[in-house]
Amino acid sequence: MTAYAYYPGCSLHGTGIEYAKSTNAVCRVLGIELKELEDWNCCGASSAHTVNPWLGHGLVARNLKLAAATGLKDVVLPCTACYARFKETTHALGDPAVAARIEEVAGGNVPRDLAIEPLLKIVVEPARMEHLQASVVRPLKGLKVAPYYGCLLTRPPDVTHFDDPEDPQTLDQLMRVLGAEVVAWPGKTACCGSNLALTRTDIALDLSHQLLAWAEAAGADAIVTACPMCHSNLDTRQGQMRRSGRGDHQMAVYYFTELMGVALGLGLSELGIPKHLTDAVAPLTRVPAEARS
Amino acid sequence: MARIGVFVCHCGTNIAGTVDCPGVAAAARKMPGVVFASDYKYMCSEPGQKLIQDTIAAEKLDRVVVASCSPRMHEPTVRRTVAAAGVNPYRMEMANLREHCSWVHQDKPVATAKAIELVGMMVAKVSRDEALRAGRAELTKRLLVIGGGIAGIQAALDVANAGYQVTLLERTPTIGGKMAMLDKTFPTLDCSACILTPLMVDVAQHPNITLMTSAEVEEVHGFVGNFEVAIRQKARYVDHSICNGCGTCWGKCPVKDVTSEFDQGMGKRTAIYLPFPQAIPNKPVIDAPHCRSIAYREAQLKQAAEQGLSPEEAGKLKPVGPDGKKLVPCGICEKLCATKAIRFDDTDRVVKERFGAVIVASGYDLFMLDGSHDEALAPQARKPYYGEYGYGRYPDVITALQLERLMNASGPTKGEVVRPSDGKHPKTIAFIACVGSRDEKVGRPYCSKICCMYTAKQAIMLKEHDPSVQTYVFYMDLRAAGRYYDEFTRRAQETFGAQYLRGRVSRVYPQNGHYVVQGYDTLLGRAIEVEADLVVLANGVTSARGSVDLMQTLGISYDGYGFINEAHVKLRPVETNTAGIYLAGCAAGPKDIPDTVAQASAAAVKVAGLFARPFIETEPTISEVNQARCVACHLCEEICPFGAVTFVEVKGGRQVAQINPAVCKGCGLCTAGCRGRAILLHGFADQQVLAQVESLFARPVPLRAARSEPEPLLSK
Amino acid sequence: MPDALRLNPAVSRDAICFVETTSGQSLHDCYQCGKCAAGCPLARATDLSPQQIIRALQLGQADVALDSRGLWLCVGCQTCVTRCPCEIDLPRVMDALRVWAMANGRRSAQREVPIFHRVFLKTVELLGRAYEVGVVGGFNTLSGHLLGSADLGWPMFVRGKLKPIPRHIRGRAQVAAIFERAEAMRASEITAARKAEGAAR
Repeated sequence: MTAYAYYPGCSLHGTGIEYAKSTNAVCRVLGIELKELEDWNCCGASSAHTVNPWLGHGLVARNLKLAAATGLKDVVLPCTACYARFKETTHALGDPAVAARIEEVAGGNVPRDLAIEPLLKIVVEPARMEHLQASVVRPLKGLKVAPYYGCLLTRPPDVTHFDDPEDPQTLDQLMRVLGAEVVAWPGKTACCGSNLALTRTDIALDLSHQLLAWAEAAGADAIVTACPMCHSNLDTRQGQMRRSGRGDHQMAVYYFTELMGVALGLGLSELGIPKHLTDAVAPLTRVPAEARS
Repeated sequence: MARIGVFVCHCGTNIAGTVDCPGVAAAARKMPGVVFASDYKYMCSEPGQKLIQDTIAAEKLDRVVVASCSPRMHEPTVRRTVAAAGVNPYRMEMANLREHCSWVHQDKPVATAKAIELVGMMVAKVSRDEALRAGRAELTKRLLVIGGGIAGIQAALDVANAGYQVTLLERTPTIGGKMAMLDKTFPTLDCSACILTPLMVDVAQHPNITLMTSAEVEEVHGFVGNFEVAIRQKARYVDHSICNGCGTCWGKCPVKDVTSEFDQGMGKRTAIYLPFPQAIPNKPVIDAPHCRSIAYREAQLKQAAEQGLSPEEAGKLKPVGPDGKKLVPCGICEKLCATKAIRFDDTDRVVKERFGAVIVASGYDLFMLDGSHDEALAPQARKPYYGEYGYGRYPDVITALQLERLMNASGPTKGEVVRPSDGKHPKTIAFIACVGSRDEKVGRPYCSKICCMYTAKQAIMLKEHDPSVQTYVFYMDLRAAGRYYDEFTRRAQETFGAQYLRGRVSRVYPQNGHYVVQGYDTLLGRAIEVEADLVVLANGVTSARGSVDLMQTLGISYDGYGFINEAHVKLRPVETNTAGIYLAGCAAGPKDIPDTVAQASAAAVKVAGLFARPFIETEPTISEVNQARCVACHLCEEICPFGAVTFVEVKGGRQVAQINPAVCKGCGLCTAGCRGRAILLHGFADQQVLAQVESLFARPVPLRAARSEPEPLLSK
Repeated sequence: MPDALRLNPAVSRDAICFVETTSGQSLHDCYQCGKCAAGCPLARATDLSPQQIIRALQLGQADVALDSRGLWLCVGCQTCVTRCPCEIDLPRVMDALRVWAMANGRRSAQREVPIFHRVFLKTVELLGRAYEVGVVGGFNTLSGHLLGSADLGWPMFVRGKLKPIPRHIRGRAQVAAIFERAEAMRASEITAARKAEGAAR
């Protein structure tokens, strides 16, 4: 049982509930203990650093202190936007002058020796992958997925140091281990539109529709993602895309943890899959039932 | 008794603006040994020099101090002047009143006082100068040209035509370099092979040129006029002295799938091969790692060694491969060769030769997106570089040189420009400029100079091949600064319909069998997307693989990119800081063919000028060991950066150090380091240096009036 | 009819100084190659691309940048900085520009964006975490887009994805204190930039 300090982020308790459910279910099966930070606060998302970088750092800094309080050195975050914020702050702490100011806004010392990792990275560690491979009971045969990394997992590369920013492979490899077929498509790290979904819905619809169109053209049955913002834009607004004449997509959008859960033989409800706005249950019915491959 | 003349130069207002020159001259007149002192506006001018000569005669001077600019400017000129007037040139010293005084101070009284001190120091030194004489060394009138591209070929021909022996060394199996790979050349659209191959043939036929291909420099010792060079002639496995180039061997070779380097990976060749039809020597070589016969032989020898048999007995063994199957002995070329020229048992040989001069024309390589060009230079960014362009992932994203091979009639597709993915003719071609140039992130902030021109050329050529194509060129700036160059790039746009878009490309991705090129036109201010069938990357010029090792072997200076440093950027562009070693072509930085050829001929003239002398003159301001005091501690040998120190036995059986006067550069390290004070640096003897110090401190130091003198960062 | 730009090095020095100091980027390093604009997902939807925003700053025309829509549509996808050959951290420059804009009360050309950020951060300040329902409700009200995303409300609610009742964390006072301190630091940076600019003149 390995334990990690766990920061779920605001969406996982709200619109991203499926991500939370599937993460917890999968980690339980794989023997990963997630110690949720006690009384954590919002990381600030895009809004904090956009209007005041010190606010962004301050909000993250409080969480870093809470993480240190768990006694664990590794912090894992499922939401890539939160991950990006944590990474930016820990990166900034590397500069002594900036670190001093961060401690000023945080109101005290900020721990500097924590490792910040996205959930995706934890899952694909070699030993864990081996365990995962051995534990797959329902390989996702016949399911063609387009792996969608979004913006913040791999960029900016000098801060995240996670996979290649132009052609990352981590999620692709994970999907193959689960037995799915991965399609090559141009949208791997393209932007979904992020919070423009509220402020300029038209732009977010354009960008997300483009992603869905690309995935369709590549022959994908589904898109698999690691970010609740991306998931929301891609999953919940397909009706709006249809009504606005952009395109009639019927493409399921999964969190990678949901697909992991399916391959591990867990129930769809346990994973939160029925909660998607775009039907995500139907594509899975085409995947053969539990059977060792 | 010394008779010293002091000449103080105004240097226009460079010195006189801050230093009271007449005042300095007046003060100099009172210094010990000085019988004459005057000032003049421009000492370096002809009247200025004549003034020195006339004064030497009139005042019977035997030593001269010129107080002016840095000796690096005019020391050789002034030495020649005084020598012509009968004064030993090493009894002339220069006091630097410009770089060391007027250019770093602003307060006139302070600067003048310092100038007087500087002159005083030089007067003290010159009064103790020895009457040194330049030495002489032998001169071997043979030239070594490293690199058989157009630069090396031109330089070799020029020097050979001047009547001297030349050895032209090329590390690949053929001369011709990158120019041989090109289809047409800008701005005239001459066929590259048509203008190059006659020169290549001239080299092959020239009685004064010894051509060594598949050969590299291994070690270099010596000095100008006397370089000892060890050359490794690599095994070619074909005896070129009896091979007649009939072509039967490569026609019948069963190994046909070796990636062709000459075709930049766009085509295949055989294991025994001729790089291209007009190769010189027009004789094949065997690429050993791909030759079955050689692999068989090596397996036999290995097995023999394992079984304790002799190499002769190895010939009977039938070895098996790693998969357990019997290896094929092949030997087809050997059987078919009419002149029996195949030599599977060939080995590398090291040959030692002596040369009087070396021209480094080792050429360039193109920026490789996988980082394989980077060997000696620290990589700056994550690899692969430019992952966003998909080179290596998408087959129809190619480099400019790869396109050149496709366009070439003797290339892998016989001149048909087709997409590597499906063999179809592309109708829309996008060019991306500045790949690996003007880019800090990949460690190449410089401009590669030739890419704007070759891109325009390729856009024109593609339109000529197929009038129905549309080309797009994504550029940052258009660098077309040669004769008829700008007109050429305009023609690409005006006559050949190339659409130029000013803005770097962000990404290339495949869609529906085409490639979407995501760019931006900064002139219009709009995002641009082009659906291209073929994407051509204009990659930049980097130093050739192995450059750094070669420069270090030669002992010449190079920059952070592996390009050779010239002795002086403006006034000595084809010389290096090492006497006798010259440069030509892209080894010293990106340039086009006209500039390369010009440099090659310039270097050739320097060599011819060197060889026209009967001997080499060596500087006498070098170190000499007092062998009576030397205790052979070897410290000087360790310290000397030039390898000038050897040890000899003297009477009594003692070992003592000896300094080679032709190699010694007079840097003084050994002199300073010698524990027994046994080394004398002529021209900078202890008494001379101490005299300067005494002169400095014996004089009263005038009060400095302006304490608040601002930071001296004045340059005029 | 817009006038020709009268270039004057003294104009907008305070804004540009602030941007360069806060972001740590030297704007003259940019040679306007346009690669950022070519890859920006928003460039085709906006008036000024990132490259043009930098250009405006290089020419001392901070107003042009601050009044642009492009500044506010930037979502911080980091594509520009990942590909920039001069390694200019554009997202930081954009952040700094927005801080200056809001500090100086400039009207945003895309007013919905600062409204959204304010509403979002208000919920965080009060509760310690983002209150999604409150964010949408507050944003819709203040922006006048009363029915924005309304079609998603019911489907989300029946699936239990919306938490209509706001909850706060125990340490919300600590969070509020962070807001206060961050605001003070930002304000003093703005003042310092104005002072330094005054001294330089």
